[in-house]
Amino acid sequence: MALFQSVFAMLYQFGDTFAFLVISCAGLAVIFGMMGVINLAHGEFIMCGAYVTASAARAGLPLPLAILTGALVAGAVGMVVERLVIRHLYHRPLDSIIATWGISLIATQGVLIVLGSTMQGVGTPLGSIDVGGRSYSLYRLVLMACALGLLGGLYMLFYHSRFGVIARATIQKPQMANALGVNTGRMYGLTFGLGAALAGLAGGLYAPTMTMVPTMGATFIVESFVTVVVGGADIFVGAAPAAAILALIKAGLTAWYGQLFGQIGLLVTVILVIRILPGGLSGWLKGTTR
Amino acid sequence: MISSETAPRSRTRSLLARLEGPQTMGRGPAFWVAATVAVAAAAAYPLMADAWTVGNAAYFLIWTFMAMGLGVVWGYAGALSFGQTAFFGLAGYAYGVITLNLGAAYGLTLLALVLAVAIGGLFALVIGYFMFYGRIQGVFIGIVTLSVTLVLETFMAQTAGPQWRIGEARLNGFNGMSGMPPLTLPWFGGDIVLYPGPSLYYLLLGLVVICYLGLRIMLNSPFGNVLVAIRENPHRVGMLGYDVRLYQMLAFGIGGAFAALSGALYTAWGQYITPSSMGLTSAALPIVWVAVGGRRDITATLIGTLIVLAGFQTLTIYGSQYALVVMGALLLVTVLAAPEGLIVAAMTLMGRVFRGSKR
Repeated sequence: MALFQSVFAMLYQFGDTFAFLVISCAGLAVIFGMMGVINLAHGEFIMCGAYVTASAARAGLPLPLAILTGALVAGAVGMVVERLVIRHLYHRPLDSIIATWGISLIATQGVLIVLGSTMQGVGTPLGSIDVGGRSYSLYRLVLMACALGLLGGLYMLFYHSRFGVIARATIQKPQMANALGVNTGRMYGLTFGLGAALAGLAGGLYAPTMTMVPTMGATFIVESFVTVVVGGADIFVGAAPAAAILALIKAGLTAWYGQLFGQIGLLVTVILVIRILPGGLSGWLKGTTR
Repeated sequence: MISSETAPRSRTRSLLARLEGPQTMGRGPAFWVAATVAVAAAAAYPLMADAWTVGNAAYFLIWTFMAMGLGVVWGYAGALSFGQTAFFGLAGYAYGVITLNLGAAYGLTLLALVLAVAIGGLFALVIGYFMFYGRIQGVFIGIVTLSVTLVLETFMAQTAGPQWRIGEARLNGFNGMSGMPPLTLPWFGGDIVLYPGPSLYYLLLGLVVICYLGLRIMLNSPFGNVLVAIRENPHRVGMLGYDVRLYQMLAFGIGGAFAALSGALYTAWGQYITPSSMGLTSAALPIVWVAVGGRRDITATLIGTLIVLAGFQTLTIYGSQYALVVMGALLLVTVLAAPEGLIVAAMTLMGRVFRGSKR
């Protein structure tokens, strides 16, 4: 029984980290993989989703609907940002990083000014379950299911839907897609909106587990960037296995040495991975199968 | 035939000739007269201002090193680093740890300064090795450097307990280290302690002038030309037989060393250093200075940094919370409207007006 108990604890820890990495990096990975834009305002879209979710939930909306609202609002904000700023910078990827960083500064500080240094959050729902004398949050298990659902949903969206085909065509050969009658400008807008909505979803999903502060996006940033770097440009071939590997490393190091070493372990992994596999996991996997 | 007597002089002359060149804006007597006037005005400034204001001006000068380093890495070598604050913070802590252990006598603080810069520069070389020899490029460099500085911040913020000490120096976690001695110059009849004020100001002004001229020479040398070529087209440079990775790594190391110089001087100036100096907001500020001023020219970077710093402080006095919003907006406007930087745009305009030519 003791064995089962510790195995469950390890699995729980691993699943929790895996879910966090997948959920928090999905939006970033979509925008980067599809458009080549690194969105440094990713954390602020997450914050936006979390704030909207918390406000909606406290206004009486049931939590799942509130989370959905958060994602939709973040997505809408993302499309506005794309139209106003990102659209002009597609051919200048470095400048688009700078611009999104400017947005991030404005958003963090703006929220601080308007809404104050902290906001009342919502409690973690669903309570906890007992496994072998230790209690585990049921909501975290739901989050793990959400991460898997998210990966499945994105796969269906990009590989088995009309939107996905057009989006991938636009990414691969914009001129050709345009010639075939695709409104590429609108596709870029929708893709960026989707990425922002996924970030908002991440914020909504984790809103009940975190304190609501304007800088909360920063908690997600390192992990999601690291996952995208290790994964490479492709979300499915890269980010999902990268999240699994990083979760294993981080969960192991955290269990044995503590939170900090988990994070340092991630950083060292990244530095080693870029030295050995410059294209990330997806570049490597695609290279070997080709 | 070059006789052995004239060889050193001709070398000096060829070095000085590189003060002007294709990689730096501003040439001819008019520019150098203006530059001399600017330096003279800066040197006369302490005579007209009180000690606090001069100490504050010294504070501005401290940051210019990090900005110029970032200008080399980003503007000239084309590698956008978000993590210059990592080297800044590391050197700041290194200065603190070394001075707290060695004390301030016999000019040991200057040794600490040199060591801190060396540590920061070496760390940058190591990170640069992994990045550039891994042949990662473009946006990934930004992400990796940003992750480095954020992880360092997290690491330093958790060093609160008494077990986190290096010799005499407690790292003190989130509150940071304090109480390290300012820079001291050993002098006959007693050391000169450089508290924030005119003496430190003159030291920094001298350093800024030396670094600025040194960087001008470096950027117009073959090394600088190769860096610019790499920025424009790395593949072609590789084809021509240059080891692109080596040049990028060296440029990154130099940029890191300059950030480290800022960090060590900052610690000596304020006698404290905190983990938040490596945080997200701190990491954003050098980018703002360099982008707004103009990253592709060292003069523009220097002037732009000083202007933005002064503007930022003025804003902070009138409404500190709005200062960062304005910085973000400034960054957006620069990127969208004048991607070369506002100072570069102004200098190009001025050059056009003076020469009357249409180029």
